Amino acid sequence: MTAVLRTHELGKRYRQRWALTDCTLDIPAGRVVGLVGRNGAGKTTLLNMAVGQLEPTTGTIEVLGGRPASGAAQLAKVGYVAQDTPTYSGLSVAEHLRLGARLNPAWDDTLAQDRVGRLGLDPTQRAGKLSGGQRAQLALTLGIAKRPQLLVLDEPVAALDPIARREFLQALMEAAAEQELSVLLSSHLVADLERVCDYLIVIDAARVRVAGEIEDLLASHHRLTGPRRDLDTLPADQHVVTASHTDRQTTLVIRTNSTIHDPAWTVSELDLEDLVLAYMSSQGTTDRNHSPRPSLAVQR
Amino acid sequence: MIWLTWRQFRAQALVAVGALAAFAAALAVTGPRLAHSYSTGLAGCTTLGDCSRFTQRFFADHQPLFLALSSVVLFLPALIGLFWGAPLVSRELEAGTHRLAWTQTVTRTRWLAVKLTLVGLAAMALAGLTTLAVSWWASPLDRISGGRIPRLTPPLFETRGIVPIGYAAFAFALGVTVGILLRRTVAAMAVALVAFIAVQIAVPLWVREHLMPPTHAITAVTADNIDGFELHQDSLVVSVDAPDPQGWLLSNRTIDAAGNVVASLPAEVAAACVPSPPTAQEITERKEAPGVKQQCFAAISRLGYRQDVVYQPGSRFWPLQWIETGLFGAVALALTAVCFRRIRRVS
Repeated sequence: MTAVLRTHELGKRYRQRWALTDCTLDIPAGRVVGLVGRNGAGKTTLLNMAVGQLEPTTGTIEVLGGRPASGAAQLAKVGYVAQDTPTYSGLSVAEHLRLGARLNPAWDDTLAQDRVGRLGLDPTQRAGKLSGGQRAQLALTLGIAKRPQLLVLDEPVAALDPIARREFLQALMEAAAEQELSVLLSSHLVADLERVCDYLIVIDAARVRVAGEIEDLLASHHRLTGPRRDLDTLPADQHVVTASHTDRQTTLVIRTNSTIHDPAWTVSELDLEDLVLAYMSSQGTTDRNHSPRPSLAVQR
Repeated sequence: MIWLTWRQFRAQALVAVGALAAFAAALAVTGPRLAHSYSTGLAGCTTLGDCSRFTQRFFADHQPLFLALSSVVLFLPALIGLFWGAPLVSRELEAGTHRLAWTQTVTRTRWLAVKLTLVGLAAMALAGLTTLAVSWWASPLDRISGGRIPRLTPPLFETRGIVPIGYAAFAFALGVTVGILLRRTVAAMAVALVAFIAVQIAVPLWVREHLMPPTHAITAVTADNIDGFELHQDSLVVSVDAPDPQGWLLSNRTIDAAGNVVASLPAEVAAACVPSPPTAQEITERKEAPGVKQQCFAAISRLGYRQDVVYQPGSRFWPLQWIETGLFGAVALALTAVCFRRIRRVS
């Protein structure tokens, strides 16, 4: 099976600022991939390059074995629900479905009509008069009924209230399961992704910090607490993500595939949020304006 | 894609069709009446033998409407560029809907091609039909306006024939291009309007006369071709009509016996042509002024002064129309090429 997304040293620069650098990924098909990072970390840049809205400055990107947006065939394979779920405010719900049918040869009209019916959307209603949640659902319907192999969603629930958020993600999961879709969605909230994703990419300050199956990530990361010690004395296979020291104590988040034998450490497991925060507060963030989120993980 | 283009363009198209229909209806009602009163009036005066007074009055009576209708044709391309061209892409970029449109199974090149073709052709058709309607309505007036406003001279040239189609194509392409570059509808409308008006001023002033090499004619100043005198202190500036009454006069210079251009005629001639110099610094003496003509023209020709007239003959109306339409069409195509290049880099 070809990879859904494969990038090699991918980078994008806007004038002087690198929005994404040195991004190398290889994501297998059939996953629901969460892309998490702060606002402005480079998530949208990566997604826009994946759907061919943006040309890379450096490196290569391959989606389902093809160059993004290289032609109609490639466009047909990838569905996209862009940030703020844009729709034509002057067109009705029914006209949006007609748009989808006209512009996509593989359009599944039964599916689209079904979804709109189930959501209780009035087909004659103009998209401009829909609520944020309804608009997001309409955009999702367009993305799903196109029958893509990969559905990309950029912060689809950011503007939604908690109930609409849950309904949206639920609908997304159902569609992904029914159609054997690969899904790539971004969020700045780990809680959104925790429920639905099985693969995670943490991106911060224009760099990919970590990427992998969530199960593997959780299994290979540990928090170690013990008497203060020098990091150079750690075994070679223990990779330090974050470290913090007090006068007497050292707390580490490490990644390792082997078991931890040193009895001096108290080992505790991390949940997904801890893991994400550990990566976001690790190196490379000092030169940036910190978002309101404090780096909690290391100070507990 | 055609359906989506039509759906998005529908409201604008209906407004344009409605306006065109109302306009055409008004012309259809008044046009035959105009033609009728012209032909009966002409028949009446032909029996009397002199029609100059009738045509003069007929033209003067209808001149305001004539100019108003012509200006509709003159401003229509600007409106097309403003309301059809500028928002075509910029509106999508502003609302973010390009992200929706460009990720359907249609490449953005094809998306743009369909939009440009359909709306562009509609723009050209609208300009063509409006021009046709106005030309039809004004045909009696065009026939008699010859001596007063030759159709080769600006701004009548811009409102007849096929150039409005070229202007419409250009204005539309300009609006779309500026819209893609600026990504803001209102800003694009403003910039496109200013740029289009600048071109519409620059072309008649500096470009059109060079599209075909103009004709030179050196003529004596006679009572028949004299256009007017202007007195500057005690020297005289003279101008004559073009040898072709349908022609477009470009320059009117006096040359002396040796063939050198002179700014004005000497005081000697001024004295002969304007017997009693007025106290005002500058006056214009029309050829209706009686009495002085013979000695005036005699003095001019005795001293060897002649007029060097540069003009475009009236017979070049259609060649100039085709060249200018082609020119604007070519610029519109070049702008379209810019659009296709830029749209690939827009995100």
